[in-house]
Amino acid sequence: MNDMTPHAQDERKFTINFGPQHPAAHGVLRLVLDLDGEIVDRIDPHIGLLHRGTEKLIETKTYTQAIPYFDRLDYVGTMNQEHGFCLAAEKLLGIEVPRRAQFIRVLYSEIGRILNHILNVTTQALDVGALTPPLWGFEEREKLMVFYERACGARLHAAYFRVGGVHQDLPQDLIDDIAAWCDEFPKIMDDLHALVTGNRIFKQRNVGIGVVTQEQALKWGLSGVMLRSTGLAWDLRKAQPYEVYNELDFDIPVGKNGDCYDRYLMRMEEMVQSLSIMKQCIAKMPEGEVMTEDFKVRPPRRAEMKRSMEALIHHFKLYTEGFKVPEGEVYTAVEAPKGEFGVYLVADGTNKPYRCKIRAPGFPHLHIMDEITRGHLLADVSAVLGSLDIVFGEIDR
Amino acid sequence: MNESALIELGEHIAGEMEQVVLGASVAFGELTLTAHVEHIEPLIKFLRDDPTCRFSQLIDICGVDYPGRSQRFEIVYHLLSLHQNQRVRVKVTTDENAAVPSIVNLFPVANWYEREAFDMYGIRFSDHPDLRRILTDYGFSGHPLRKDFPVTGFVEVRYDDEVKRVVYEPVKLTQEYRSFDFLSPWEGAGELLPGDEKATEEGAE
Repeated sequence: MNDMTPHAQDERKFTINFGPQHPAAHGVLRLVLDLDGEIVDRIDPHIGLLHRGTEKLIETKTYTQAIPYFDRLDYVGTMNQEHGFCLAAEKLLGIEVPRRAQFIRVLYSEIGRILNHILNVTTQALDVGALTPPLWGFEEREKLMVFYERACGARLHAAYFRVGGVHQDLPQDLIDDIAAWCDEFPKIMDDLHALVTGNRIFKQRNVGIGVVTQEQALKWGLSGVMLRSTGLAWDLRKAQPYEVYNELDFDIPVGKNGDCYDRYLMRMEEMVQSLSIMKQCIAKMPEGEVMTEDFKVRPPRRAEMKRSMEALIHHFKLYTEGFKVPEGEVYTAVEAPKGEFGVYLVADGTNKPYRCKIRAPGFPHLHIMDEITRGHLLADVSAVLGSLDIVFGEIDR
Repeated sequence: MNESALIELGEHIAGEMEQVVLGASVAFGELTLTAHVEHIEPLIKFLRDDPTCRFSQLIDICGVDYPGRSQRFEIVYHLLSLHQNQRVRVKVTTDENAAVPSIVNLFPVANWYEREAFDMYGIRFSDHPDLRRILTDYGFSGHPLRKDFPVTGFVEVRYDDEVKRVVYEPVKLTQEYRSFDFLSPWEGAGELLPGDEKATEEGAE
């Protein structure tokens, strides 16, 4: 590296590679670490090993075909990302989503949040040496992914949210099962708390590590848990509510110290809040349509297609040509589990987006890594990395 | 969000930074400012520090390519004010050669965003501390998000067992790249069919 030469004689200074195939790197991350003994001097993250050109591909696909790409960004909380894109397209089209679909979207976004947070808090424990939490947590993730599967047929890459609503309605027994799971889950949360929260080793490895100040959080564009851990109560679900979040009652946990341990505690508390949102959604969910009535955007009903030639033509046109989105540009953001997930969509009046910039929350979070890890020990790198909650699908795009 | 508040905010910014802001418009409930590229730094600084704006977070920087224009690249900045609970979009234009002043000194997060814009579009940023590629492969050439860059790319990689390493070769497609133009030239009948206007006139009587 550049600053190798001045210290060439100094035997304490050396440079190592962390990753790209390191189990604690949460994917394909290559960190070039400049070390002074065991102290980290500088971190240079090399990202892009998972770059697939998502934004380029979206420019060549119709709006409906673009949705599955959003599942493959942050592949842990998939539906939250589809949500961001659907909101952008709906804003350009001026479509109102039916109320039942809004509740379903919120319900599944919160399932996505719990899926994400279970993965993150348990693997963070794994990164600092505990093996049991992921085993316990992943059992619950499995159940939640079955709910995904029962709604749309896929465990992860759902493609369930569509422009104008959601693809299919939820059967009542699925909603009942989700409600039953909501009653069981607090028990698991208690177990996780007992296992991790008070654990001496876990605390030693996380308290006071990777501290972010409020000023840093603003300047480095942090969002979500990373921003709130510094004491700023900012959540897009409250500040700029979308769908039916303004009708629901929930709290935003806020941190105090901005360290790894705070972020862990906040994620645990966010799961409790998500659970309460899910229960409210189930209780308040009205009957009705789950897709807009605008037949230039939504596909016709299956039964109708058997009888109506017009419906058949519409179906064919929608799945080949797609729908046209009027010219314009919008930026919409949702509170994804990791932070602010934004979509900047430029439409040119055709059936394909002209430009679709994806603002992934993990991107600035990884960027600040160098700043907050400097002066820490090598072993803290994996603790900080764990608490940043990064997934390479969304960072590399 | 409240549209009139946004218009007011736009007028405030345009009034305070008269020589800098070329235009302020509100569309889809979002405020867009356009500026000349050399004024981007003072404008962002104003948006960050002005007590009525306080856009304390830089959310995103991205490029957009319009090959037909003489200033082919648009650089779009998104800022968020936690204080005002508002967002603003700032747009400047540039071409392939002219450099855009970097705003890393104002927002350190701009570092990676500008690197990404450089990588994807070849937009140059002056005074950037570390303008390397960020997302593409080591030794990659070209700027993939430009509209004239093919979706298939130019090179493909495979592991060569003879030389015992990964080799780069020109892309060979076993099947021609299929890009269907589904946009039909047939627009269909509009809302008003020819002759209908007579019927409504009569009906209105």
